[in-house]
Amino acid sequence: MNARLLPLLATLVIFLVAYAICYAQYPAMLSTRVIGNLLTDNAFLGIVAVGMTFVIISGGIDLSVGSVIAFSGVFIAVMLRDTGLHPVVVFALLLTLTTLFGAAMGGVIHFLEMPPFIVTLAGMFLARGMAYVLSIDSVPITHEFYEVLQRSYWLMPGKGRLTLIGGMMLIVFIAGIMLAHRTRFGTNVYAVGGGVQTARLMGVPVGRTTVGIYALSGFLAGLAGIVFSIYTSAGYSLATVGVELDAIAAVVIGGTLLTGGSGFVAGTLIGVLIMGLIQTYIIFDGTLSSWWTKILIGMLLFAFIVLQKGLVWTTGKRRMAGG
Amino acid sequence: MPQSDASQPLLRARGVRKIFPGTIALDGVDFSLQAGEVHALLGENGAGKSTLIKCLTGAYRRDDGDILLEGASIDPKGTLDAQAYGIGTVYQEVNLLPNLSVAENLSLGHQPTRFGMISGRRMNADAREVLAQYGLDIDVTRNLDSYSVAVQQVIAIARAVTLSGKVLILDEPTASLDSHEVKMLFDVVRSLKQRGLGIVFISHFLDQIFEISDRLTVLRNGQLVGTEVTAEIDRVKLINMMLGRELEQEVRSHGKHHAAAGEPRLSFTGFGRKGSIEPFDLSIHAGEVVGVAGLLGSGRTETAEVLFGVAQHDSGEARQDGTVLSLTNSRQAISAGFGFCPEDRKTDGVIADLTVRENIALALQAGIGWMRRIPDREQKAMANDYIRKLDIRTPDAEKPVGLLSGGNQQKVMLARWLVTNPSFLILDEPTRGIDVGAHAEIIRLIEELCAQGMSLLVISSELDELVAYSHRVIVVRDRQHVAELAGYEITTDNMVRAIAAPEREAVH
Amino acid sequence: MTGLKLFSRRILPQLVTLAVVVGLISIMFPGFFEISIANGRLYGSPIDILNRGAPVALLAIGMTLVIATGGIDLSVGAVMAICGAMAAWGITEGYGLGLTLLMALAAGLACGLWNGLLVAVLGIQPIVATLILMVAGRGIAQLITEGAILTFNHEGLIFFGSGSLFTIPTPIIIAIVTGALVTLIVRRSALGMLIEAIGINLRASTLAGVNTRVLLIAVYMASGLCAALAGVIAAADIRGADANNAGLWLELDAILAVVIGGTSLLGGRFSLIASLIGALIIQAVNTGILLSGFPPEFNLIIKAGIILIILVLQSPTIRTMVIFLSPAPVSQADTEKQAVNQ
Repeated sequence: MNARLLPLLATLVIFLVAYAICYAQYPAMLSTRVIGNLLTDNAFLGIVAVGMTFVIISGGIDLSVGSVIAFSGVFIAVMLRDTGLHPVVVFALLLTLTTLFGAAMGGVIHFLEMPPFIVTLAGMFLARGMAYVLSIDSVPITHEFYEVLQRSYWLMPGKGRLTLIGGMMLIVFIAGIMLAHRTRFGTNVYAVGGGVQTARLMGVPVGRTTVGIYALSGFLAGLAGIVFSIYTSAGYSLATVGVELDAIAAVVIGGTLLTGGSGFVAGTLIGVLIMGLIQTYIIFDGTLSSWWTKILIGMLLFAFIVLQKGLVWTTGKRRMAGG
Repeated sequence: MPQSDASQPLLRARGVRKIFPGTIALDGVDFSLQAGEVHALLGENGAGKSTLIKCLTGAYRRDDGDILLEGASIDPKGTLDAQAYGIGTVYQEVNLLPNLSVAENLSLGHQPTRFGMISGRRMNADAREVLAQYGLDIDVTRNLDSYSVAVQQVIAIARAVTLSGKVLILDEPTASLDSHEVKMLFDVVRSLKQRGLGIVFISHFLDQIFEISDRLTVLRNGQLVGTEVTAEIDRVKLINMMLGRELEQEVRSHGKHHAAAGEPRLSFTGFGRKGSIEPFDLSIHAGEVVGVAGLLGSGRTETAEVLFGVAQHDSGEARQDGTVLSLTNSRQAISAGFGFCPEDRKTDGVIADLTVRENIALALQAGIGWMRRIPDREQKAMANDYIRKLDIRTPDAEKPVGLLSGGNQQKVMLARWLVTNPSFLILDEPTRGIDVGAHAEIIRLIEELCAQGMSLLVISSELDELVAYSHRVIVVRDRQHVAELAGYEITTDNMVRAIAAPEREAVH
Repeated sequence: MTGLKLFSRRILPQLVTLAVVVGLISIMFPGFFEISIANGRLYGSPIDILNRGAPVALLAIGMTLVIATGGIDLSVGAVMAICGAMAAWGITEGYGLGLTLLMALAAGLACGLWNGLLVAVLGIQPIVATLILMVAGRGIAQLITEGAILTFNHEGLIFFGSGSLFTIPTPIIIAIVTGALVTLIVRRSALGMLIEAIGINLRASTLAGVNTRVLLIAVYMASGLCAALAGVIAAADIRGADANNAGLWLELDAILAVVIGGTSLLGGRFSLIASLIGALIIQAVNTGILLSGFPPEFNLIIKAGIILIILVLQSPTIRTMVIFLSPAPVSQADTEKQAVNQ
């Protein structure tokens, strides 16, 4: 078996075992109602984690996404409050803006040869600052179109609701999987993560790919912002602090190598669901405190990082012995 | 034999020159390659092989000279450009992406698409078809790194040939292959030769050169030594071309006679490390220089690394003045009075951004521990002392060592160890890549240190040098110590013969 | 003398930047330099900058050492929360001031040890290794405080946040003393040089006999200790431990301070003083925006601008362009020629 599938498999096993434990204690956890909520509650995280998966596979990191989500919410709320534009137009404007923002960061990373960490840190400050400038207070969204969006759902068997935003997340994941595995761009992302120098020698347009990756991450952060604004009916500049960390954690727990080059978009979905499951379990339990979420996620992170380190080490050793 | 128009070579380089700061890497080298020919390129590290390749493929801008492909002058701007002209290159470290599938590696950049989506089925079918031409029937959907290096090499060749198709440059493709894998690779090379490709083959394995190549070209210190038809040359002559004496230079013809009296200072018995150097016995007396001769990749550097604890030995024991010595890491070696100037000064030796003073003080300071800092005044005195003694050319001791020339960096490395007052110093290629003046000074220094009672192990591919200062010479071949020459036995001829001797023949 | 000259040249850009920032503030806000004494403590904007800048300055001290080895410590904000929680818990449980402080500092050291082990022994990339504690740390802090904001009234502990000694607020004294002490240790011993050697070339340092593993662990422990001090100050300042917000995003400010201080993120040469000035610049900008009536929202945008300017200045691409354009490039070739001609 391909050793790189192992982290993905581990993720899947952990998810199934965790769900089994939950089900054994609270049979209600298997209801479509709980599953529907799981998808709805984590929709924005899932969408932004898809972008983060591409960034991390390419060997980069994007710290700006949490701030971009917050900015998006405030931008939408303020535009709807102060202008007569239809939400769809505002959405289009916003997505253009965040995509360009991501592309600009990608450009700086590639052309100035600076580490993504520090470039996207600047992006994080900038986006959060712009959100503050637009409005410090939480701005409610009361447009009737939003009510339509919020009310649309598909009733699953068992009375669970697959909401529009939950469905949106699933669509983004499917699109992400297609993009990663069925397009030249996707292959180029893996190629850059496998080794920038080699990729360049093999004719991969490294600059264009890098800009594209961060543009994609910016676009999806904008989309996650839209979803989050539908979820909360408001835009608040202090919202979604630290979401970039959750997204990174979901990607790593989903079996993507933090050093780049290897990973699966589908794994990220399971990673998001594992994190959501931990939260749901803690809510169901009622006696467990919420901080266990963070500690558990930290422990999972540690386990996966060590697992990956071990895999890299053993494959390296095997190849040495083979050579 | 497909097209053998001898009048016009497929690829030709005329008077190619490349200058790096401080050294002339290529000094007007001529090279020609016929279609349907395997042409071997030989030379030690720093001889200019890879520089020539990089000039041919445009990875380096050459400073002078012409490159002609099928008679027309070309000027490739880089590897991709060279590929478009028809010149493909495969390196020792496979230049493919280990994290992509075999099919993706073969098709990267020109994947078959349908409605903008990659057609995985066609991509895989194409890949299988291409590899079938090379006798490979493997699962192309698996990641590249799940296959052996030999298979990866063939895949790299397949990609290069598909994309270029006239000239194939193989840069040390066999360095990490076993004999069975080499055979597989050579079958591929022969079939490509049949198809009329011109193949440049770089290797330091002489057996392989004799087996596969039609002609060979030897480079040394950036200059062309000569081009010969392989069938008309023997091993000894070839090694002489690579390592042998430069005639114009007058040197001693044999090594020093040395009555190594009494107990050795250091003795290693059955010392070795699986996969890098076979167990060997070695003893060194006070005031003795032991030379190590061998071709690149023979296990000479590995010998040094095992002795210094860089790579931990897994068999044998070491004794110092009769008592057992633990040598599991470099720090133990250093505290036993060892010092080591590695071959690759840039990555393993100097700390480029630190000053000359700090670089000189580093090993001594590390030995004393961080708590007891060597006072500035002492550091300065120490540095200035050695700047004068070794004639290190630097404006002052506070210059970052990275700004110095290669020879001066080497002297700083020597100074770093000399201040620790070592009893045993290991020098790996101490004179490589440095100018003539510094070269002579370092040889003089080796003799001086020896006279003061230090024990030295010196690895060099300059056989003349070894003759000049060695009391004994160990010859290394195929990761084994195969011969030991002492005193009057140490001559370039004897060394060349010992290096050249094929496996079965007994040496001296 | 030359050492002093080199030193002043090294921190000149940072000093000039600080002077410009302070100058701009005092133009817009003439009363800036007014300092008064009330209740035996100094008050005034400059004191305020120093006082509020103290936690970031402390973090920057440890961060400088970590970055000099070529690493990074993302966990310091979370470690602040853990140690603040530890201090609050210890004092409310009645362990006494001495033992409480000891426990808080020990917690910081333990966090540093964890990071150091992951980096030096398991060989995990620093940014990845310290991410674990960054994610889990606040959970651990909440575990200690049991989710609540743990408040206390112990005068002794509060002294570390809002007390003063010889009219100078305690945080300033702690930051200055720590800075001076660490500088002294690092520069009077050989630690500084060895740390720089590791950051520039790990392999060559190991071959020269430097105990790289122990040193790497030590710098992460130093960073943890600095974070513990900052955490105690932050908790003492608000008389309570807020596991969610204590030290939030301060790791980024600390990294920024080090970068402004001119230490390369790739490791190597470092200057603690320059990092401390960097921390002051960040705080001066914060305070300046507050004073000059701009909405505080602009703070982050200005920080982003600062990072962008530094990025451009430090970019290898820009550097090669500048060297290319400068009339007399000092290259290896020239040194070589000089050497040959001599």
